[in-house]
Formats: sequence, structure tokens, C-alpha cells
Amino acid sequence: MTPTLSPNVFSDVDQLLSYQFMVNALEAGTIVAVMAGLIGWFMVLRRQSFAGHTLSVMAFPGAAGASLAGLPLAAGYYLACGVAALAMAAGGRSGRQSQSSETATIGVVQATGLALGFLFLSLDKDVLGGLENLLFGTFLGVTPGQVLTLLVVACLVIAVLAVAGRPLLFASIDPGVARAHGVPVRWLSTGFMVVLGLAIAATAQITGALLVFALLVAPAASAQVITTRPAASLALTVALGLLTTWLGLGLAYFSPYPVGFFITTVAFAIYALARLLQLARTRAREKV
Amino acid sequence: MTVRPAIELADATVRLGGQVIWEHVELTIEAGEFVGILGPNGAGKSTLLRVLLGLQPLAGGRATVLGDAAGRANRRIGYLPQRRTFDRVTRVRGVDLVRLGLDGARWGLPLPVPARFAGAARRAAAQRVEEVIGLVGAERYARRPIGELSGGEQQRLLIAQALVRRPDILILDEPLDSLDLANQSAVAALVQRICRSQGVAVLLVAHDVNPLVGYLDRVVYLAAGRAVTGPVEEVITSTTLSDLYGVPIEVLRTSDGRLVVVGQPEGTFAHGPHHALT
Repeated sequence: MTPTLSPNVFSDVDQLLSYQFMVNALEAGTIVAVMAGLIGWFMVLRRQSFAGHTLSVMAFPGAAGASLAGLPLAAGYYLACGVAALAMAAGGRSGRQSQSSETATIGVVQATGLALGFLFLSLDKDVLGGLENLLFGTFLGVTPGQVLTLLVVACLVIAVLAVAGRPLLFASIDPGVARAHGVPVRWLSTGFMVVLGLAIAATAQITGALLVFALLVAPAASAQVITTRPAASLALTVALGLLTTWLGLGLAYFSPYPVGFFITTVAFAIYALARLLQLARTRAREKV
Repeated sequence: MTVRPAIELADATVRLGGQVIWEHVELTIEAGEFVGILGPNGAGKSTLLRVLLGLQPLAGGRATVLGDAAGRANRRIGYLPQRRTFDRVTRVRGVDLVRLGLDGARWGLPLPVPARFAGAARRAAAQRVEEVIGLVGAERYARRPIGELSGGEQQRLLIAQALVRRPDILILDEPLDSLDLANQSAVAALVQRICRSQGVAVLLVAHDVNPLVGYLDRVVYLAAGRAVTGPVEEVITSTTLSDLYGVPIEVLRTSDGRLVVVGQPEGTFAHGPHHALT
């Protein structure tokens, strides 16, 4: 049966859900959207998108290295993201002034990681099941076991955020005063980087190294443009993340083109709309 | 009840990297007093604040804050660090920033609960936030993203944040820096009003005394490793400052009443752009 899009949305969804691989993909996508949205919200607020991007591309050396060494691929993802997270945490963020040296550290980590990845790849060309899978994921080939692992990691990440959320928010926007109030700013910074690495390692196995970044940054950035209320903004991030993955997966099912393209495009469209809305609002206020 | 001084330095000496920053400083500040800390760059003004917060140990003497060793009573101090501005991309409202000053150090994630279901503690917290926002007169813009506000508006909200836990001491490090002249005296007046109405001892570091003249109860002038304390008109004089620096210093009064200090060893215009200095 070839997928055909009919005007009846319900029958479309019905058709889509009759395939186990689509159900798995939707489950995985839903978990990823919630987890990446929540941690991405803090990442965008802390202006650590560059660090997040670096952790995302660590999937490449991680997976390539693991397959070269004969280790499970998952171990490679976690190891590479963990090491990169600790390296970046050690290299920076003691204050606003150190931001440029922090950026430099992250850049060095990213360059090193990519170089290692290419080295591993050149040592053993056919181990990865294709560079394309690594970068753009195997969303439609997710196994129920992978979904379960993802769920466990997501619960862990969300639990950490629930416990540390408020001091982390304080430390993210106002580190000097937070420190004076007894918030362990430095520890939170390192801890956040490690949890971000964990979330990215778990996600990148399914979405690929590039798509994970889109899901981390786009919904959070859009939500923060739309509203400045912390709780509303967090909720909106999750909602936009869900909309992005569901719509992306649905569109991909009914077309011959890859999932990653649709998810990224939807995410970008939402962000563009949010910025336009912001522009219109500013204009309206200036007129008053 | 015996009223203890809020801050007491006795024969206090600070060394940084083997070098004496200031020594044998005696200072007593009572509750409800508004004290300015003045002096040239590098005289140890911020170091004094760090001593009071217990972040910088003394090389000699004693620092007592609210009846306890410095650093023990930090929960009762509202502290506003130097030069803190939020740029346009900071998408956080002023009211949230003030709220973080109240409970930002507590673990957990604050879930939004409609007012009628909220517990008494949470209602009280929200009320306290509104109260301090009213106190600094920031009601009009407290719900806008802080990065979009002017320097003066941001500074008022930061003062509200420092006040929200009902501190007994308010420590403000150069809060007038980067404000225009009109806002400088408006913030000085606001701080004086808060000092009086809340009975809180205020220490304000500044590099220019002029916007503060008429509001301060006393100044502490740090220079050349020593400190002089007293009312503005007694400290910012040619005699006192010449004595402190050990070289002839002239304090001039311009026709519009501003004080200008001339002849400081490191150069007259060392710590201010083009207007009067102290």
C-alpha cells in the first residue's frame, strides 16, 4: 500500500498508525520533543547553544569510534558526549567576562571531535551504516527497546530539571547574585552540561547528530520570543516541540522525502513566525 | 533592647597579594544610616564590601556584621553587585528576577498555581514581590522583559530584588554607574527613602559624590590605604583630603554647587569622564 493523503485527517492518522514503525517513531519523537524541549529551554536561556551544537556533533566521533572499537554504538554516543560535556564545563563559565574564552574552548572541543570522527571513519569505511544515518538519523527504524531506553533517560533528565530548575534559572540569568544567595553556580553549570550531554546522546541515536540540535534549540527559542513568563514559556516549548515532531513525521510518511527535512523545516517555520510576531508587536507598541 | 550597630570594623586591615589595601580602619554604621563609600579606583572600595560579605578575610582587626562575624549573616544582607545590565536578548521579566531574589536559591521548580489554590506562603511571596516593586516605583514596567528596559529601570528592579528578603543591610556597588544624571539623583533619592522607611542600613559605593550630596548621612572616603569618615561637608574638603592623601588637594565648588576634587596623586580625571569627581 502506498501512502495516500486524503482530505479526511482521521483516516490519514489511522493509516499512519497501522504501521508499527510509525508508532515507534511517534513514541520516540514524543519523548524526544518533551525532553529536548525542556533542556533546550535552559540551554537557550543560558546562551549555550554553541555548546549544545558541539555536543550534538559529538555523536559522529562517538558512533564512529565505538563501531571501530567494536563497542555498542550507544556506548560511543554517551562516552563522547560525556567527555565533551566535562571538557567544556572545565573550560569555562566563571563569569560574563570569560564568555569569549568559553566560546573558544567549545570551538576547540568541536573541531577536535569532528577531526577524530573523520579519522575513525577513514580507518574503517563501512562500519557505520552510512554517514547519512549518523547525521540525519534513523527515525523510521526505531526499535521498541530504543524507545524504552529513551524513556528512561528522559525521565532522569526531567527529574533533574524538576529538582534543580529554580536555582538553575537563577544561576543562568543572574549568576553573581545567585552565588551571593548560596546557589552552587559552578556545580550547577557543570551538572547542566553533563545532563545536556546525556539528553543529546540519547536523542542523537534516533534523530541523528543534526536533527537533535533543531529539536533542542528551535522550540525553545520560538517560545522565549513569544512569551517571557517562565512557566508559560516552558509549556509552550514542549507544545511546539510536539507539534514539530508530529507534523514532521506525518508529512514525511505521506511523501518520499526524509523525516529530518520536514522536522527541521517545521521548526524553522515556527521560529520565523515567532520572530515576525515579535516584530509586529514591537511595531504596534512603538506606534502607541 | 540594646541597639547594636549594623556594621562594625575595628582596626581592620586588608592585604591582597602581600600589599596593604587599607589598614587600621575604624567604622561603625547604625541601622537606618545611609553611608556612601568614596575614593579613587583601587582604593579598596569593593574590597570593603567583600570584607563585609565575608568573602575577603581581614589580615588584622575585626569585622562584625549584625552582631556576628562577617559572612555569617549574609541572608540578612541585600547585595547588588557592580555593573550588572541585561542585554536585549534576556527574555526574563523584571518581576521574575525580583522573585528569584526571594526564593531563587530553593530547590524545586515553581509550578504556576492560580492564586485561589495557592498556599499562604506562596501568596505571601507574591505579595512581597509586588510590595517591593511598588516601593521602587517599578509597577509600570516590571512585567516587561528586563533586557528591553533602560538602565535606570533595570537598576530600580535590581534594588527591588536586593530588598525583597527584608534585609537589615543593603550593599550597593556603584548603582549609579552608567545612569544619566537625572536618573542618578532619582535613584539616590529612592535609596534614601528606602533607607529611612525600612530602617535598613545602606552602604553605597560611588565614584562621584555629587548625585548623593544631600541624601547621604555620612561618607567613608578611602584613599592611600586609610579611611576618613564623617558628613560630606566635613570629609570632602581641601584640609581633610590633603591630610588623607598626604599631598595638597583642592576641593572646589562650581557655580552650580558641584564639588570637584583637584590634585589627586593619580591625576584629576582618573575616575570619571568629564564632570565633577570625588
